[in-house]
Amino acid sequence: MAFEPKIVGFLCNWCSYTGADLAGVSRIKWPPNVRPIRVMCSGRIDPTFVVKAFREGADGVLVSGCHPGDCHYYQGNYKALRRYHLLRRVLEQFGIHPDRLMLTWVSAAEGERWAKVTQEITERVRKLGPLHLKD
Amino acid sequence: MIKLRIDGNEVEVNAGTPLLKAAQKLNIEIPTLCHYEGIEPYAACRVCTVEVVRGRRRRMVTACNYPATDGIEVFTDNERVRRARRLNLEMLLGRCSEVPAIRALAAKYGVEKSRFGYDPKEKCILCGLCVRMCSDIVKANVLSFAYSGPRRKVVTPFEREMATDVCIACGACAHVCPTGAITIEDLSQRRGEVPEMYLGPKTAISIPFQQAVPKVPYIDPDACIKMQTGGCGICAQVCEPEAINYKMQDEVVELDVGQILVATGYQIFDASQMAQYGYGKLDNVLSALEFEKMLNSTGPTGGRVLTKNGKEPRAIGIIHCIGSRDARYHKYCSRVCCMYALKFAHLVKDRTNAEVYQFYIDMRAFGKGYEEFYSRVLDEGVNVIRGKAAEVVEATWGNEREGHLLVRCEDTLIGKFREVPVDMVVLCAAIEPNVDQERVGQIFSLSRSPDGFFLERHPKLDPMGTVNDGIYLAGCCQGPKDIPDTVAQAQGAAARILAMIAKGEVLLDPIRASIDENLCGGCKVCNNLCPYMAITFDDVKKVSVVNETLCKGCGTCVAACPAGAITGSGFTDEQIFAEIEGILADAGNK
Amino acid sequence: MPKPKVALYWAASCGGCEITVVDIEAHILDVAKAFDIVFWPCLMDFKVKDVEAIEDGGIFVTLFNGAIRNSEQEHLAKLLRRKSKVLVAFGSCAHEGCIPGLANVTNRDEIFKTVYQETASTDNPKGVLPQTKTEMPEGVLEIPEFWNKVCSLDQVVDVDYYVPGCPPQSNQVWAVLDHLIQGKPLPPKGSILGAGQKTCCDECPRVRKEKKIKRFYRTHEIVPNPEECLLDQGLLCMGPATRDGCGAKCVKVGVPCRGCYGPPPGSHDMGMKMISALSSVIDSEDPAEIERIIATIADPVGTFYRFNLAHSILYRVQEDLKEKQAVK
Repeated sequence: MAFEPKIVGFLCNWCSYTGADLAGVSRIKWPPNVRPIRVMCSGRIDPTFVVKAFREGADGVLVSGCHPGDCHYYQGNYKALRRYHLLRRVLEQFGIHPDRLMLTWVSAAEGERWAKVTQEITERVRKLGPLHLKD
Repeated sequence: MIKLRIDGNEVEVNAGTPLLKAAQKLNIEIPTLCHYEGIEPYAACRVCTVEVVRGRRRRMVTACNYPATDGIEVFTDNERVRRARRLNLEMLLGRCSEVPAIRALAAKYGVEKSRFGYDPKEKCILCGLCVRMCSDIVKANVLSFAYSGPRRKVVTPFEREMATDVCIACGACAHVCPTGAITIEDLSQRRGEVPEMYLGPKTAISIPFQQAVPKVPYIDPDACIKMQTGGCGICAQVCEPEAINYKMQDEVVELDVGQILVATGYQIFDASQMAQYGYGKLDNVLSALEFEKMLNSTGPTGGRVLTKNGKEPRAIGIIHCIGSRDARYHKYCSRVCCMYALKFAHLVKDRTNAEVYQFYIDMRAFGKGYEEFYSRVLDEGVNVIRGKAAEVVEATWGNEREGHLLVRCEDTLIGKFREVPVDMVVLCAAIEPNVDQERVGQIFSLSRSPDGFFLERHPKLDPMGTVNDGIYLAGCCQGPKDIPDTVAQAQGAAARILAMIAKGEVLLDPIRASIDENLCGGCKVCNNLCPYMAITFDDVKKVSVVNETLCKGCGTCVAACPAGAITGSGFTDEQIFAEIEGILADAGNK
Repeated sequence: MPKPKVALYWAASCGGCEITVVDIEAHILDVAKAFDIVFWPCLMDFKVKDVEAIEDGGIFVTLFNGAIRNSEQEHLAKLLRRKSKVLVAFGSCAHEGCIPGLANVTNRDEIFKTVYQETASTDNPKGVLPQTKTEMPEGVLEIPEFWNKVCSLDQVVDVDYYVPGCPPQSNQVWAVLDHLIQGKPLPPKGSILGAGQKTCCDECPRVRKEKKIKRFYRTHEIVPNPEECLLDQGLLCMGPATRDGCGAKCVKVGVPCRGCYGPPPGSHDMGMKMISALSSVIDSEDPAEIERIIATIADPVGTFYRFNLAHSILYRVQEDLKEKQAVK
């Protein structure tokens, strides 16, 4: 059977989750490999969640928030941005390809972009292959 | 105060008041040519001649500058006065034989022909009104008298044809000239005009439009001479209630409010972006808003449909979907254009004999009574051509030399290319988001849909709400809509706002952060993360504290707390861990 | 009535935890008076067979320090677990892997290669590596098997209590021992003894401000202001993410906290928590500048996971060499 990557998506409530919802309402197809978890803001996404997802068997993690400047809580996405940069470096040290983690901005209106982003990370992780971190 | 009698009526005025003004008080009309309220009288034309009787002394004086004194008797229309005026007018007519204002006034006094000559070209009566306007009022000092005797005339500096270096193009000289001897050439875009509304001359002070609220005049500071040069000030002089205030400034007022209705509207797509339709280049290609203004009975043409040369058009083409339903500009339908285009057609048919051609893609008569209106307009003989017009070009029509327009399009119903000759084209340009929509959106934390308009909370279930509690949307800032839809949405939003006010209290989302003071080490990492300033430091307990009313529950501090001392209700670490474990239950090394 | 039996053991550790027990000074006599010490290889001459001779559950408490990184340590951990009523993971190594746990950034083969073949002082022309079984004329020599990764004690056996610290502070050690000597009721299983519930910051006397960090410094790069928070000054202090109880000794003398007391109760992963906190207070919104600021952190894993790598969620570097090569 072909490798189907399992990707956990952490989505902010106001932009990305709504955008993913819009993709659904608009009948835009996006890969079911991405399994969304809703949080109120991308600033809520603790790097612990990312490594927890890898440990639980995710092959990739997608973090998606509002576009810079558009955060519902003004600044939360910038915190996500900074954590993303540091986390990438740490994942690399842990031997996990940093491209398994993707940070993106999808607004509530960007159903099509959501589909594109999920396709992108799915293809990216598919190329990297399975991670096998689940005990 | 002094008393005098004018034509047998007693009147009380201040000593020194010109007789003309005293007569105005009695509603006695004295003809004038060179008099203009606010400009120093000069008594040049002398048609205001009246007879003044003091005791036994009788003399002929000019009413515009002769000061009233106590006890005099004035006759404005006796035989001596009429004779004097006849002579004056005959002399004026001898110099300026074809000036309508002089001819009309002369005719009133029975003068049809002058014994003193005939000059059909001369228009200036050398009254100097323009010179005084330019020097005393506008203070531009462009115009002056030159030469003397029969060669005397009004000139620009050194008699140059165009004195644009000193002339500020205010147009005041032409405005006051009683004989039309001065005309203003439009050499550039007039300052201070609303571009799409410029269909004719407009003063620097005006009421923006008849339905304006409050309906008061405003001064356009870019066009006002007083504000530009410090001269003029006529409006303040003539305004009796002294309502004119040149020093009024824009004010920024800060209000504390609990709810906000965003109704920032839209802007019209600039049709000149689509060069094929000639907007901004060809005369008589109008935007829909300009045409609407033209149809307005209080508009610049008084509601008449006129081409630029003042003639009634023989045919008008109305082109739909300019910038809308067009992948290159806006994909969406502007919704209101079909119906106002039909209204235009109806009004044109009502007021002129012109043929009307509608060039449409699809006729969208979607609202209550709209389809019926469409049928009625068709019955009125309006031509509808299905097919988007390709271009508008200049052409001639018949043997006339004047330019006309040709609308080229494909009539998709008969499958033929057509060229339709018209005198006027109206472009139904798209409704588009305001140029500052993004900035406004950021102020209110509003998202925008792909078309750029503000995003409602839910397209069906909450079309006036936004993701921000207490902020509502109404009108075209949320998307193109017609008046009934706008009113419905606005009333709905108002009702929502009132409901909240009536309730008197706000329910908060239970999603809140809280700090366990037994776990907080007081590192202050979280202290400046909160965008709502909900986190403060308790200097006694040496722990950080969340104000749960200010907290909006974003969870940034929860993620950031290195001690794990902050819990975000509804989204705790344990809950999210369980979600991660749940959605990855099937993962593993199979 | 016989005195309750006590055992102390060291696995993969430096011996500091043994010293800290003796550091309770004269109280050691109280310990000797109250307990019958049955096993303490560092200080007393007992053999494994002496422990094996004790009936299961016959030891009241075992203070076990050191991480588990070979089969012998595993064997003794399991033996002592069986023989003890109460097994305490004593010190950072047993608690969460500590410095030995940093070996999890690599693997057995790499370690052997470095230690037995590549260091400058190694004289091993044949490139011999340790084998678990070696045939000799006299018979077969066996040495314990070296594991591919380091484990904390609770990853190998069931642990009742933890005493954190590298080493645990002697006052805290005495407090724990005194508790046992007095025969007070035992806390719930899994408790962390000899430490607080808050973070190191709670004990730190330095003045903290709202944080905004423009760059990080290593300790040799600046002389920190003695009054102000070290993290505020850009020194990477793990204090905010570290359990209190040590008395903030390091920060009091100007050395940033390394995090030896492990994560506080609310933290699921000390390193990730610190990453989250630090990046939250980095003062930039520009990706390029953020990268520049982050680049001033030397060895993030070694910094954020110095003491608890073996016990963290990721706990070791991935062995998949392909992935590692792809990273580089």
